[in-house]
Amino acid sequence: MEQSTAVVFFTGFQLRDIWYLAEAAGRTLLISIISITVGSILGCVFGWMLYSSKWLGAMTLGLVLDAFRSVPLIIQLILFFNFFPIIGVPLDPFTAGTFVLTIYTAALVANVVRGGIEAVGIPMRRSSRSLGMSYWQDMRYVVWPIGLRAVFPAWVGVALGVMKDSSLVSVLGYVELLRASQILITRTQEPFIVLAVAGAFYFALSYPLSKFSARLEGKWQS
Amino acid sequence: MIEVKNIHKNFGDLHVLKGIDLTVKKGEVVCVIGASGSGKSTLLYCINGLEKIQKGEVFVNGVSVHAKGTDINKLRQNLGMVFQQWNSFPHLTALENVALSPRIVKKMSKKEANETAKKQLIHVGLEDKLNVYPSALSGGQQQRLAIARALAMDPEYMLFDEATSALDPELVGEVLDTMRLLAKEGMTMICVTHEMSFARDVSDRVAYFHEGVMEEIGPPEQIFGKNPKSENTKKFLTNIR
Ligand SMILES: Nc1ncnc2c1ncn2[C@@H]1O[C@H](COP(=O)(O)OP(=O)(O)O)[C@@H](O)[C@H]1O
Ligand SMILES: [Mg+2]
Repeated sequence: MEQSTAVVFFTGFQLRDIWYLAEAAGRTLLISIISITVGSILGCVFGWMLYSSKWLGAMTLGLVLDAFRSVPLIIQLILFFNFFPIIGVPLDPFTAGTFVLTIYTAALVANVVRGGIEAVGIPMRRSSRSLGMSYWQDMRYVVWPIGLRAVFPAWVGVALGVMKDSSLVSVLGYVELLRASQILITRTQEPFIVLAVAGAFYFALSYPLSKFSARLEGKWQS
Repeated sequence: MIEVKNIHKNFGDLHVLKGIDLTVKKGEVVCVIGASGSGKSTLLYCINGLEKIQKGEVFVNGVSVHAKGTDINKLRQNLGMVFQQWNSFPHLTALENVALSPRIVKKMSKKEANETAKKQLIHVGLEDKLNVYPSALSGGQQQRLAIARALAMDPEYMLFDEATSALDPELVGEVLDTMRLLAKEGMTMICVTHEMSFARDVSDRVAYFHEGVMEEIGPPEQIFGKNPKSENTKKFLTNIR
């Protein structure tokens, strides 16, 4: 009985639905790439500021970033989406979602970056300065490569998390992968197959990053 | 010439250097001895500007280290420093470790920087480790790498801050030998050290530091002889024997 019912509904899920999901996965990818890229660049700047100034870390910037890290993303999304029209700049779901996700990523990456700079340590940096390197040469040629290796796995964790968290942008009505799945489930009444396909897409999106990072770490080890 | 003139250094309320005067001429080797916490490392940091001073002045070849307009990065190229911890750059091979500063600071071509690096690695006896990463080197080898790295900037002066203190006993000798070699070649050196026989052998003068004051400075025969001028020097040397 069960079996035959499933088969009947399975016909609801068609090949073009896969294409529909693929397009949505493309939107998830787009929103993730923008947020992770811009968020990581901002995160580097913020992380450096946190490291450089105890005052900034304890007050202002540190507090703001802490807020972004600790308030659930879904609340941030809804708040900002409703806040922008109030200040006279109504944003579409994509822009608002990407904006919030970018700041959220920056807040997470800032902490990772600060940890990376700290991991290099004062004695190492005194060594490079004693060789005549300027502050920025030390940053570029010593702190960056050493710190990056130290916190790269943590950064990959953030990036993969952000890719998954981008599904929350669906609450703004943006049709990314998760939202598209929900729409399909409603239509086909076939949650298992739809979610399995959506899950496969999420996997396909994150796998290259995991693979690439494992490769890179392997190279650094040797 | 390095001239340290009446420098004072505070860390908050802690008065670490209490008016130090020291002149080191070209070609001279001065060893600095004294109990831990007496301010020896701080003196070296004040000489190459890694620490600010509260009073006094330091001149290197007549240039004031702590003056506003001084190009400290340029000045430091002339003052190699070797630390207790060798701080090899872990992501670079031995050759790259040494070639990095000549390339980015002195703007040498890659080829020129590599040649300089190779020359200095041969100098410290690491010619068979050029393409090895620091993780595969012993502490003694890494410390010699650090010496080569400093020498690659072609400094007139070398500052050593307990270069052998963090090493396993069996590795101390190779580093001291390298330092002896430099002294013999005429390098001007200030060496903070706990290796008394090394200090006795290579020094033109030995300085004894006691609680932020240079209690006594003189030729090794004076300091290590029967009757150093300061009672504290005598006590220190008796205690560590
Ligand atoms: N960055 C610092 N901040 C505060 N105190 C310091 C710092 N560096 C050194 N000191 C203190 O200054 C004193 C002298 O230190 P140091 O020059 O390292 O002595 P030494 O090298 O003779 O063992 C010590 O009491 C040490 O605790
Ligand atoms: Mg010391």
